[in-house]
Amino acid sequence: MQFEIETQAETGPVAGSEDQMLVPMDDVREHLVVVGNGMAGCRAVEELLARDGTRYRVTIFGAEPYVNYNRIMLSPVLAGEKTFEQIVINDRAWYEDNGIELIAGDPVTAIDRAAKNVTAQSGRTVHYDKLLIATGSDPFIIPVPGKDMPGVISFRDMKDVDTMIDAAGKGGDAVVIGGGLLGLEAAHGLTLRGMKVTVIHLMDTLMERQLDEAAGWLLKSALEARGQTILTGANTAEIYGEGKVEGVRLKDGRDIPASLVVMAVGIRPATALARKAGLAVNRGIKVDDHMVTSDADVLAVGECVEHDGNVYGLVAPLWDMCRSLADGLTDQHSGYKGSVTSTKLKVAGLDVFSAGDFSGGEGCEDIVLRDASRGVYKRVVVKDDRVIGAVLYGDTADGGWYFDLLKRGENVADMRDLLIFGQAFAQGGGALDPKSAVAALSDDAEICGCNGVSKGQVVSCIEEGACSLDAVRAGCKASASCGSCTGLVQNLLAVVLGDEVQSGPKTMCKCTSFGHDDVRREIVAQDMRYIPEVMQKLHWSTPDGCSSCRPALNYYLLCALPGVYVDDQQSRFVNERMHANIQKDGTYSVVPRMWGGLTSPRELRAIADVVEKYNAPMVKVTGGQRLDIFGIKKEDLPAVWADLNAAGMVSGHAYGKSLRTVKTCVGSEWCRFGTQDSTGLGVKTERMTWGSWMPHKFKIAVSGCPRNCAEATIKDFGIVCVDSGYELHVGGNGGIHVRVTDFLCKVGTEQEALDYCAAFTQLYREDARYLERTAPWIERVGVDYVKQRIVEDEAGREALRARFLFSQQFMQDDPWAQRAAGANSDLHQHLDPISIAAE
Amino acid sequence: MTDWIDIGTLADIPQRGARTVLIGGEEIAVFRTGDDQVFALINECPHKKGPLSQGIVHGHSVACPLHNWNIALKTGEAQGADEGCTPTIAVKHEGGRILIARPVAMQAAA
Repeated sequence: MQFEIETQAETGPVAGSEDQMLVPMDDVREHLVVVGNGMAGCRAVEELLARDGTRYRVTIFGAEPYVNYNRIMLSPVLAGEKTFEQIVINDRAWYEDNGIELIAGDPVTAIDRAAKNVTAQSGRTVHYDKLLIATGSDPFIIPVPGKDMPGVISFRDMKDVDTMIDAAGKGGDAVVIGGGLLGLEAAHGLTLRGMKVTVIHLMDTLMERQLDEAAGWLLKSALEARGQTILTGANTAEIYGEGKVEGVRLKDGRDIPASLVVMAVGIRPATALARKAGLAVNRGIKVDDHMVTSDADVLAVGECVEHDGNVYGLVAPLWDMCRSLADGLTDQHSGYKGSVTSTKLKVAGLDVFSAGDFSGGEGCEDIVLRDASRGVYKRVVVKDDRVIGAVLYGDTADGGWYFDLLKRGENVADMRDLLIFGQAFAQGGGALDPKSAVAALSDDAEICGCNGVSKGQVVSCIEEGACSLDAVRAGCKASASCGSCTGLVQNLLAVVLGDEVQSGPKTMCKCTSFGHDDVRREIVAQDMRYIPEVMQKLHWSTPDGCSSCRPALNYYLLCALPGVYVDDQQSRFVNERMHANIQKDGTYSVVPRMWGGLTSPRELRAIADVVEKYNAPMVKVTGGQRLDIFGIKKEDLPAVWADLNAAGMVSGHAYGKSLRTVKTCVGSEWCRFGTQDSTGLGVKTERMTWGSWMPHKFKIAVSGCPRNCAEATIKDFGIVCVDSGYELHVGGNGGIHVRVTDFLCKVGTEQEALDYCAAFTQLYREDARYLERTAPWIERVGVDYVKQRIVEDEAGREALRARFLFSQQFMQDDPWAQRAAGANSDLHQHLDPISIAAE
Repeated sequence: MTDWIDIGTLADIPQRGARTVLIGGEEIAVFRTGDDQVFALINECPHKKGPLSQGIVHGHSVACPLHNWNIALKTGEAQGADEGCTPTIAVKHEGGRILIARPVAMQAAA
């Protein structure tokens, strides 16, 4: 095949290098040149390729030196939640696979419409048959003194994000001018990165274009609670500083120090190139319904255009435009009819949604729901029995449904009284089932706002063979960006495929796409405090979880928030809720604690009395050196416990994912082989560790010599005493799969043995997944990791020990005594039928 | 004719939990779901007679505390691959009180 060099320019920095555009001489296809490598430009090309992959030869110019990335995901990059690689929409391979030439980092500076050429900054000139302008928008810079000073930036591209991350690394104060979406996201990211942030907003309401006054006020309060200073009705007079930014002065004289100023007051269509080329430009580049400009061979799409008098700054209209554009380029001419827009977003982790017209006016009626303590505000605006606008704050789950009603212009007279409670209530039937909610959405309801994917597209992707979340993400990009629609996509998978859904390799349960480790990390990172909050923020697909995830979440919260989290009894397995072991006949067995396996006449008498008084059919010595009383009815449990408490005994937690027993041998006090006081150390260990909740049950043993009569080497934590000290062993198990412990280390004193025990226990509590015993946990993470954390990292060990002991302050409160005193008495008593009525 | 028995108020049953009530020697489990609906079943799993009232209530199901069978509260049917059914008892919520129907077998005996 022969090649010729198409470009004439040979002096530019790029042209003349090996990047030179080599074009097959026999490629006679029309040449489509795209100016703009952003979301609109590339989406237009994607839509075109989907319709006709061969008709056009495509060249894309991009001003930034990157492949096509998702600009609306810059906020998570700033916040440190995503990396640049994770927000790439199309990587190099996409350009290569589709024969697209990408000229990145070389902005187009001129269009010669007569010659049908574009010229880039480097001097490179390229001929086009069709030209697509997708230059997006430019940040609006308010004309105040100091606006060009170093340290004043906008928030528009990767370079701005890098600048902000650098600045945040040095700490200090930042001012964000503009309390719209962009400004608040910049403020959130900078706050997360440790800067002290003040937001200056000209209007009285934050995000006044998306939110009404009430929702704006809730948002403001929530952001202030997160440590930001929000100044509304604040007008910037000047940005001052010597050579670089030192602060911002307001017109009312207030002065706010800052080493970084982010200008995020708005965007305006980037029309300079088009204007210079003589195209018709008003606020944006004027286009017709097929996105054609005043020149039939020049098209334009995205934020830079003006269609029918409207300019859009949101992503959804862009998808509609790209579809019409690609239709036009392939002679299908569907025609763009304008977009109704909705905004569903998270600001600083807060859910916000708005759509349509909520400014009020003649004939408009408001339906409002406020739940201030839960931070929920919902307002639906109805006119002539049709939804014309909606503002949701705090709970945006029904945003898609309201938007769907709004777009379809559906008559809502019949469900008006339930409308505000959302789809499940208003349409009935699915009050608790998110699957029926998603099933009831119309095919063109939007599922993924980031990538403009409708329910119909997700469903056809699934029907074409995508049977897992990852496959859907790869197939149609739904849920591939911010992930906030993951729950919806999973519900669609369930609706379409039923039981054939393939969950990811390690999700926590069928209610979520997250794994145990992800959930725990997010609980801590987002400072979550309640089970419903976790389910809401992590997009659980079920209304209140299942019997797998609820106990796990309860434990993770309990572990993360000692003394703060309120245990959820309804998320406990029966034994932990009843503080006794349920038996096959529905009665319970009761095991009082015997410290280190020691007991006394008083304790034995009390146990004997209980057995007789409550007709317990059996008493048995357990494997953990204590006594188990069988056959107690749930109604009798509090009285049994009261009797045992009276003799000084407390719960043995024989029923819990918790510290069970500390088994001991008699040790040096009696045994002729004993090297240390294993019984005494066992009692001390049990006094330290009892009452702690764990990922799974946890057993300890202390043997007085290497003969190991207490079987310490098949326990979760085992101590084997030797003449010179204490050998510590971890990760043993005597269950289905017997596993001998790994040797951790040897220590010299009892106190060290106790300290290491506390640190190891806490590491297990914080690290292992719920229902993972120490044995599989250690096999998963490796004993070297455990040694590194406990033996080598002295400061880390001390911190773990301290966290364990802190947590224990709240745990060593005998649950039996609480119940015996009347707590949760309803768990033990039958309901009392009070009357009988006949009809 | 149905005999309705007043067993108390919604607040007597923990949300996502259950209480039991003894009627003619039969133990009946009365469930309250996360969306405050009330269901009543004989307090026995169709599998090994586990006390369903002690299970974890999720959605409109309860997981049996003995072997984690999931039972639909509305129908009493075991979910998923498991097969079996626990008898259900009619419940109504009237004037703030919860009323359950006297079980049919006991009505016949009465």
